[in-house]
Amino acid sequence: MANYDFPQDLRYSREDEWVRTEGERVTIGVTDYAQQQLGDIVFVELPEVGRTFEKGEPFGVIESVKAVSDLFAPISGEVKEINPALAEAPESVNEDCYGEGWMIVIVPADSTEVSALLDAGAYAQHVESRTD
Amino acid sequence: MSDLLETPLTALHRDAGARMVPFAGYAMPVQYHSIIDEHRSAREGAALFDVSHMGQVHLRGPSAIADAERLVTCPVASLAVGQVRYGCLCNDDGGVVDDVTVYRLADDVIFFCVNAANIAKDAAWIRDHASPDTIVEDRSDATALIAIQGPEAMTALQGLAGEGALGIRRFRFATRELAGHEVLVSNTGYTGSAGFELYCAPEAAPTLWSGLCKAGGSPAGLGARDTLRLEAALPLYGHELDDTTSPLEARLDRFVKLEQGGFIGAEAIARRREAGHPRLLAGFQLLGRGIARADHPIAEGDREVGIVTSGAPSPTLGKSIGLGYVPPALAEPGARFDVLVRGRPVAAQVVKTPFYRKTRSA
Repeated sequence: MANYDFPQDLRYSREDEWVRTEGERVTIGVTDYAQQQLGDIVFVELPEVGRTFEKGEPFGVIESVKAVSDLFAPISGEVKEINPALAEAPESVNEDCYGEGWMIVIVPADSTEVSALLDAGAYAQHVESRTD
Repeated sequence: MSDLLETPLTALHRDAGARMVPFAGYAMPVQYHSIIDEHRSAREGAALFDVSHMGQVHLRGPSAIADAERLVTCPVASLAVGQVRYGCLCNDDGGVVDDVTVYRLADDVIFFCVNAANIAKDAAWIRDHASPDTIVEDRSDATALIAIQGPEAMTALQGLAGEGALGIRRFRFATRELAGHEVLVSNTGYTGSAGFELYCAPEAAPTLWSGLCKAGGSPAGLGARDTLRLEAALPLYGHELDDTTSPLEARLDRFVKLEQGGFIGAEAIARRREAGHPRLLAGFQLLGRGIARADHPIAEGDREVGIVTSGAPSPTLGKSIGLGYVPPALAEPGARFDVLVRGRPVAAQVVKTPFYRKTRSA
């Protein structure tokens, strides 16, 4: 199995998004596993600030050279910020998926949804269960 | 993926960490590490592709050349032994059964290199239309195929060939000993870069592959092969071509011997041209942000007028490019339309193809 980095201080969805909580703000991106699976990322489509999403709803699209994938909201809430740099530099999702490659900041509608997400260990198991 | 066929190189691909995907019934490497890096190696270095899944159908006998002449859109009898041409097998309606390369192996022996997904269909079509005294043999399982493409391809190949010059011009082929094996070396490719395609026995393929890797070839997957052929505006069967599409709609005019005639589909192709093609293939680049993908609608104003057949970000040009069928009035360079990317109109402009053309020295 390939080597993946799943930081301990983050929470994870089964659809391969990570969330980082800082007070009221929850930052969301895709995991190291997701970016490795996708390969070279060439396009990221993000929602407008102010839009609200239900948990599990597609909030954007990520495209590699060959594939198009939906991004699913790991929690419900309102978009407060999007990463403007991804328009010009989508490859930062490959290079630094937990840093420069962040996607959106949401203010959660229900903070218990965050604690219901997977921790790093459970997510690693979830990834392993899907690979050879 | 256990039901999938394997090539003689599948184990090597897995060992190299390639991501394997199902393609035309085979488990094939779509990428090793990065499609973009693999694409660049075919433009700047030497990319190695396993295309052993492709098929080879041989025709042998006194009528083989005349049969082939009737089967494909390109001239065959004028091929010298050791020469290869691109053409299409067409049906009676002028639709494309497959697009193929035609190799003249000897005075009375020809083989077609055909798309993997069409091997059974092509072999049946060829048998049905060959003379009774022509021996038609599907040698796909007995043939491995490795492509080495890029400006450094010749150097890498020379490394395995030893002293003597390869001396094989573009669209010519000859048998050479490479890494101790007899290999049919063809100066052809599907990338828009200089390069060679190497036909060999399945048992020779692993040594040849490893030797080419050591000589500077870098493995590349089907993902890069697709973006490379798109930059070169080379059609892919199932996308730009199918059983209903005339090769002229796909702008393959120079591979169709319409004046000479005498091939299956010739009358229909001429008739369809006379009647006026309702659609023509056009190469476009997106002016707005986004990536066109196969099956995205093409619209003029509120009206859907066409469809994207292939689209991708072009690693060499840094632009979002594509091919699609549009009404003739929208098919010439400078024409503008929208591509509906997930329903969102993105402006596009028709440009000259190929999108990428290698410089003379490369």
